[in-house]
Amino acid sequence: MQDMKEKQGRLEQLVEDLLSEAKKQGATSAEAGVSSDAGLSVNVRLGEVETIEHTRDRGLGISVWFGHRKGSSSTSDFSGDAVRDAVRAACNIARYTSEDSCNGLADRELMAANPPDLDLYHPWNVEVEEAIALGIECEDAARSVDPRITNSEGASLNTHSGLQIYGNSHGFIGGYPSSRHSISCAVVGQEDDAMQRDYWYSTARSRDTLEPPDLVGKKAGERTLARLGARRIPTQEAPVIFQAEMAIGLMRSFIGAINGSALYRHSSFLMDHLGKQVFPKFVRIHEQPLLPGGLASAAFDSEGVATRTKDFITGGILQSYVLDSYSARKLNMQTTANAGGVRNLYIEPGDMDLEALLRTMDKGLLVTEMMGSGLNMVTGDYSRGAAGFWVEDGEIQYPVEEITIAGNLRQMFAGLQAVGKDLDRRSSIRTGSWLLEPMTIAGA
Amino acid sequence: MPTTTNIACNTLLAPAELKESDLDRVMDQILSHSIDSADIYFQSSRLESWVLEDGIIREGAYNIEQGVGIRAINGEKTGFAYSDEILLPNLLEAGKSARAIARSGGSGNIHIKGATAPNQFYDPINPLDTLSEEQKIDLLRRLDAEARKQDPRVTQVIASLVAVHDVVLVVDNEGTMTGDVRPLVRCNVHVIVEQGEQREQGSSGGGARQAFQFFIDQDRALEYAREAVRLALVNLEAVDAPAGTMPVVLGPGWPGVLLHEAIGHGLEGDFNRKGTSAFSGRLGDKVATEGCTVVDDGTLPGRRGSLSVDDEGTPGQYTVLIEDGILKGYIQDRLNARLMGTESTGNGRRESYAHLPLPRMTNTYMLPGNREPGEIIASVDRGLYAVNFGGGQVDITSGKFVFSANEAYLIEGGKITRPVKGATLIGNGPDVLTRVSMVGNDLELDAGVGTCGKEGQSVPVGVGQPTLKVDELTVGGTSA
Repeated sequence: MQDMKEKQGRLEQLVEDLLSEAKKQGATSAEAGVSSDAGLSVNVRLGEVETIEHTRDRGLGISVWFGHRKGSSSTSDFSGDAVRDAVRAACNIARYTSEDSCNGLADRELMAANPPDLDLYHPWNVEVEEAIALGIECEDAARSVDPRITNSEGASLNTHSGLQIYGNSHGFIGGYPSSRHSISCAVVGQEDDAMQRDYWYSTARSRDTLEPPDLVGKKAGERTLARLGARRIPTQEAPVIFQAEMAIGLMRSFIGAINGSALYRHSSFLMDHLGKQVFPKFVRIHEQPLLPGGLASAAFDSEGVATRTKDFITGGILQSYVLDSYSARKLNMQTTANAGGVRNLYIEPGDMDLEALLRTMDKGLLVTEMMGSGLNMVTGDYSRGAAGFWVEDGEIQYPVEEITIAGNLRQMFAGLQAVGKDLDRRSSIRTGSWLLEPMTIAGA
Repeated sequence: MPTTTNIACNTLLAPAELKESDLDRVMDQILSHSIDSADIYFQSSRLESWVLEDGIIREGAYNIEQGVGIRAINGEKTGFAYSDEILLPNLLEAGKSARAIARSGGSGNIHIKGATAPNQFYDPINPLDTLSEEQKIDLLRRLDAEARKQDPRVTQVIASLVAVHDVVLVVDNEGTMTGDVRPLVRCNVHVIVEQGEQREQGSSGGGARQAFQFFIDQDRALEYAREAVRLALVNLEAVDAPAGTMPVVLGPGWPGVLLHEAIGHGLEGDFNRKGTSAFSGRLGDKVATEGCTVVDDGTLPGRRGSLSVDDEGTPGQYTVLIEDGILKGYIQDRLNARLMGTESTGNGRRESYAHLPLPRMTNTYMLPGNREPGEIIASVDRGLYAVNFGGGQVDITSGKFVFSANEAYLIEGGKITRPVKGATLIGNGPDVLTRVSMVGNDLELDAGVGTCGKEGQSVPVGVGQPTLKVDELTVGGTSA
């Protein structure tokens, strides 16, 4: 911890150096960010070590403004010469960019004062040998689920911790250490001539809240096994459940559609929807950036603005966009402290677990995997590859693959029938499964 | 003219006063453990980007990355460490971390010798300097004007220019030291068109391992602007895409992303060594109709996916993957080639010094057949003609792949009729090419826009193909 304090001091000094160099070179305002991260990544496969990687990443970035003209640069070199060169490169760029009245730092009075410690730093000084043993334990658990698990892509254990510091010429400087660990496993099953692969992972700030390795492995094995014997289904319209992990993707698309940069570019299907009904009345979606230990928690955003808890959707109605200072000015609004994104997003869970959702759907498709990026954000048109399970009489009948599902996100959101309580707790976007109105399934 | 290896030594070793004897020492230290192979990879990369939006030059950015990665391999085990400071003590420390993958007991006494790629498929230039800042900005402004003058419905134009100057130097455990200087430029135009309440987008762009002049020659960049607007306007008129399995005619060029997803990834050496690919153990099998020949070609002059040498120091090559329908070869890096008892095909690639090499594609394309494109379209009674695509994805193990069309038309009675909205196409890699019934005589390569992602690493690639007819492919529209 003492080491970390010293290191934080050094990096804060580097940010101060960047800012004062920018001022020296004539910039009217500036911001700088520095990060430094170290970690270990171990992969095992078929009971043997495959790779051991020692990672050590660092970078600094500087943006300068001459009035409303902006230039940026970044480098992994922390030497004094490099600092001067980086500032010079940013200043050079600002000679050629245009005067843009929306461009500049976020307003001074919005800067976070005394940001709280959010308990994000729980380093794990795992020895290489122990990491290997945990990986093997995880993979063994996956491979012993069933004799039809015939091959493996391996298991991996990753641990990273680091520091990030941000400062700007309003006098704001803030930074914090954080850690992140994960364990994952992917195995291959075979039945007749067909192979299937699936995986599972756990990720957390602290090793204490990681799922145990054998549990991660067991889930990976069970998920792979469940996909064996997958077949196609005929082209049809049918209701669809997005399992929690997949529903996270829908939440991400929603956030993308209310992001300021998509809005001022007229590139979102949710343009001009503030105050309008986007979801059914029962839906509430909110952000909790200050959650202690949260995977995306931060007390200030990437412009130094104090973050705050807020609703994006209340009673199904859009309450707020996702704005940084630039997109806010473009839209004649105020930043929502979302420079750098949304931090810990929640949808209010309903009272049904996945089994109850399947019973409510009765007959339709449970989607557990998506492929490709077939989403047009301008129109909301949605068409993606999918795999999952066919459901009849409220129960899973058999696995399906090589199909697509298609619809329009605006209608999919408006037609949301229920949100499950089966939360996927591994993501900073937290939701249960979503039951949607019929979509077009293309298959055999 | 200095060789690329000399340029790389001057760029990467000289500033730290690193000599060949220092590299000897680092490699000998690694080889004092029982290591089968090892490499030291030095890299310096400079990236510059400019973005025009709303008629103004909104952003510019400059990035400098440099560092050194050290890899040591014992059997199937790899140890890897890197540093962003190219200094002897850091090399020695990284070497110690990497060699820990194996027990001590080896011996090394290598002598570094410089080598140069037998062929250069691009000039060792710094593309950042090939236009002045004023000229770059002027080009972006001209793209904005060109797009807006196409049609009054154009309401937004985002144009970007990016250049990368990448200098690498690989030292392997034989002591061979090979350098490469890799220029890369990219230009893109994205537009929004509005008609009443309706909005659509269109994007077009290109790139190459060349100077910025590439975009000015043949008015290429202006053509991107016109093409982006054309695409957006077509999509304004698009009706719902059909849903279901039907004949699909794929246009020439970028639709070759089909080959990249459906075939290419499944033939990468790592998946096949491990037996996790749907193509594992199928060399010599018929996986495509006669007349289908697919290659991976790193030797095309100036192309985005080309490599004079790969990131392990192996020269870029032309590799036949499928010949007249028969599966002939895999895409190999050194590790997987050695473990499979074969040779690297010059496909060992890494995103940077901070990433491990993997077998990756370069430019992947199908050779032309003898059908006229018009004849191919006329042969379809009811189907889809897809000419522009976004990205794709594949599940290597099940073989299922997708790729998303963003410009497509209905074929009715042998004629192209109405444009349809974007839709994802899904199929099964090992059998999709067995359903190719006609191969056009119009091979085209893509405009130089491809980026491939694998295990979190991005590398530039190319694709291409002639017009192809696939008798059955599933089209993911909404119109059942």
